Amino acid sequence: MAATLTKPESINAVFTRKAGAAPTATHYCPGCGHGIIHKLIGQAMDELGIRDRSIMISPVGCAVFAYYYFNCGNVQTAHGRAPAVATGLSRCRDNAVVISYQGDGDLASIGLNETLQAANRGEKIAVFFVNNTVYGMTGGQMAPTTLAGEVTATTPCGRDPREAGYPIHMCELINELKAPVFIERVAISDIAHIRKAKKAIHKALEIQRDGKGYAFVELLSNCPTNLRQNTKASIDFVNGDMSDEFKVQNFRDRSAEVEPYHRADRVWDKAAIDALFELDTKAAPDAPVNPDFTPVGVRIAGFGGQGVLSMGLIIANAAIQAQRMTSWYPSYGPEQRGGTANCSVQISGVEIGSPVVTEPDILVALNRPSLEKFVGAVKQGGYILYDDRIEGVDFPSGVRVLAVPAVRLAVEAGSEKAANTIMLGVISALDNTGVGRDFYLRAMEENFTDKPKLIELNRKAFQLAEEWARANK
Amino acid sequence: MATQLVKGNHAVIIGAIYAGCDAYFGYPITPASEILQDASEKFPQLGRRFVQAESEEAAANMLYGAACAGHRAMTASSGPGISLKQEAISFMAAADLPVVIVNVQRAGPGLGNIGPEQGDYNQVVKGGGHGNYKCLVLAPGSVQEMCDMTIKAFDLADKYLGPVYILTDGMLGQMVEPLRFPETAITPKIDTSWAVCGTAETSGNFVSSIELDFDVLEQRNIRLQKKYESMAVEADWEEYQIDGADVVVVAYGATSRIAKSCVDTARKEGIKTGMIRLKTLFPFPAEPLKKIAAGANKPAFVAAEMSNGQMIDDVRLAIECSRPVVLANRMGGNIITDDEILKGIRAAAQQVGK
Repeated sequence: MAATLTKPESINAVFTRKAGAAPTATHYCPGCGHGIIHKLIGQAMDELGIRDRSIMISPVGCAVFAYYYFNCGNVQTAHGRAPAVATGLSRCRDNAVVISYQGDGDLASIGLNETLQAANRGEKIAVFFVNNTVYGMTGGQMAPTTLAGEVTATTPCGRDPREAGYPIHMCELINELKAPVFIERVAISDIAHIRKAKKAIHKALEIQRDGKGYAFVELLSNCPTNLRQNTKASIDFVNGDMSDEFKVQNFRDRSAEVEPYHRADRVWDKAAIDALFELDTKAAPDAPVNPDFTPVGVRIAGFGGQGVLSMGLIIANAAIQAQRMTSWYPSYGPEQRGGTANCSVQISGVEIGSPVVTEPDILVALNRPSLEKFVGAVKQGGYILYDDRIEGVDFPSGVRVLAVPAVRLAVEAGSEKAANTIMLGVISALDNTGVGRDFYLRAMEENFTDKPKLIELNRKAFQLAEEWARANK
Repeated sequence: MATQLVKGNHAVIIGAIYAGCDAYFGYPITPASEILQDASEKFPQLGRRFVQAESEEAAANMLYGAACAGHRAMTASSGPGISLKQEAISFMAAADLPVVIVNVQRAGPGLGNIGPEQGDYNQVVKGGGHGNYKCLVLAPGSVQEMCDMTIKAFDLADKYLGPVYILTDGMLGQMVEPLRFPETAITPKIDTSWAVCGTAETSGNFVSSIELDFDVLEQRNIRLQKKYESMAVEADWEEYQIDGADVVVVAYGATSRIAKSCVDTARKEGIKTGMIRLKTLFPFPAEPLKKIAAGANKPAFVAAEMSNGQMIDDVRLAIECSRPVVLANRMGGNIITDDEILKGIRAAAQQVGK
């Protein structure tokens, strides 16, 4: 029985988005391959019954106007970014059939990173890559797929691989990646090739219908206008030189073995969100405004790894539980790695301005560079707590200096790493921060909730520090 | 109402989650990375989408895709990353797409360093990418506002259909303060009148920034400008000790916290000082400044910023250069100190003979 040729439902009958005099003619040049490819995609969308689910993405290139033609949801995007846009669409719309329709400049040059990375993530998208070896929309410049020796507007003497490299083989590149489900290169140069192209397109969209993952179809196409060829010569070029360079073949089809992948349902429920942040167990009281409270600024400094930042957080946590206003501010970034680290803690009865403690009431220095850096900044009448193994540093007058045997006591408690807890215990014993002992102790214990074995050790360190402070402050 | 000690960058994601943000796309950069990391941890636990993108451009274009589908989506970065996102931001402004972008400013230009700065004012407040567009810009001054303004940003993005920025800095991003958690969690609604969702209902929809006809594109531009004018009602600011002030400090973000304590110090010195803290940067709160400038007190102004005098231009424009404006600033990752702002206040006081 002879088949009746009909226009696919998924292709518009009249191109109303295309302004101008001929609303049923495409904007493509005579002899261009895009029209055939559009029709093949439209037919496959019809056959698979996915028109409603389909979102066609048209990035920059000749196919920037694909939205004139496809009777489905349409999105137009920036040059080369279609796979990223497709990722955003597909992640949010799990049931959508997302189609990225891209030319060679768009996909293999400016968008190469997006192309490979979306393929590597196995995004649930179908990518139709129209390779005609030349930039069309901008007027016939060299594409990444231009053949060696091929003349274009920017390779007037032919592409010289020594200057401009060799044609990029996208199917082969993508075939190096594990995630893609389907990869095939086809041509649309004659009836036999178009039949194979149709099957590949159908398969790529079937994979999307079933939510199975990434499918890539490269279509060798012709561009009579920009390659200055008549239609026959343009077809001969595709079947000849182009097919010699870009072998028409299936690279991969795992569609039979791959299971559909469906993303989880969203949770909007407040109770579930509150639970995620453990609001029922981890909550602090609000701090009342108390202008009479004398604010305290603490600066803690030492080597990265000495627990400088966590000690600051323990103080801030103790302060908030004691209903003080508080802030913590770290040195951050490269300073943390290997070098020195420091942080500021403000404890106040009123709203805190700068979280940076420039003139500390209490300076804790666990190493020499830190002590030397901040020793001159301590407020008159303030405290300097430093590890007593640091020798030969001059102290300004008018500050109270405590050489704390922090490391020695920490070792006595069971670990050198508890030197920060020794300093915390001394601060608690100084009793001049407006935060009581119990708050410090509890905040310290909470800090080790995930490492309960360390609580006892640090409790002992805290007590040793208090005893030392009582005898020496 | 629950309070926890929270880092500024974490507060952004807390706000986003309660605001019904559905998708996060980002790329690592200090000092914004905690936002990305938090999203990677929290979003999947609530079935929401997270992708660590291959680049800032890709992250911004994933955002474009999610927004095309009408979902609440966001990204965050810092100066150099925001520069890379500008391409997509121009497209989103042109295509009327509601998205939220957080810029945790660091010091530039170039790679600069990771210290806090406010040198992205111009690239964020004045548009930033190509073409005639602006974005609504919110400027938090505390960890609390990092959360609250993120929620507000999603509402404003939906209201005006365009990108909304949270313009903050490394200091606010990295500091820890008490945060009162949001009391409601929003279930977002998708506007199927324009969104492209891959459904029968939305199959006729089309999101685009292309328009070949010059006159039609001009009309689109004119419509965008009208939209920006209509945003004037969103101008938001906080006044502090303004009554009778001879010197008025104008500041936002990290700088405003330090400026506030300088106002108190200056008053103790005998200089009647007040402050306008800007909570939106576009729309710029020009009205209160204009009113103060025209008031009986005829004050001088201090523009306090951690940049090379970017915000000061908007202060001068707002008051139509009618009063002296002194610049108090630091750059390079240095946090502005009381001394520098007080110096500015004293210089301004001198200019008005106080």
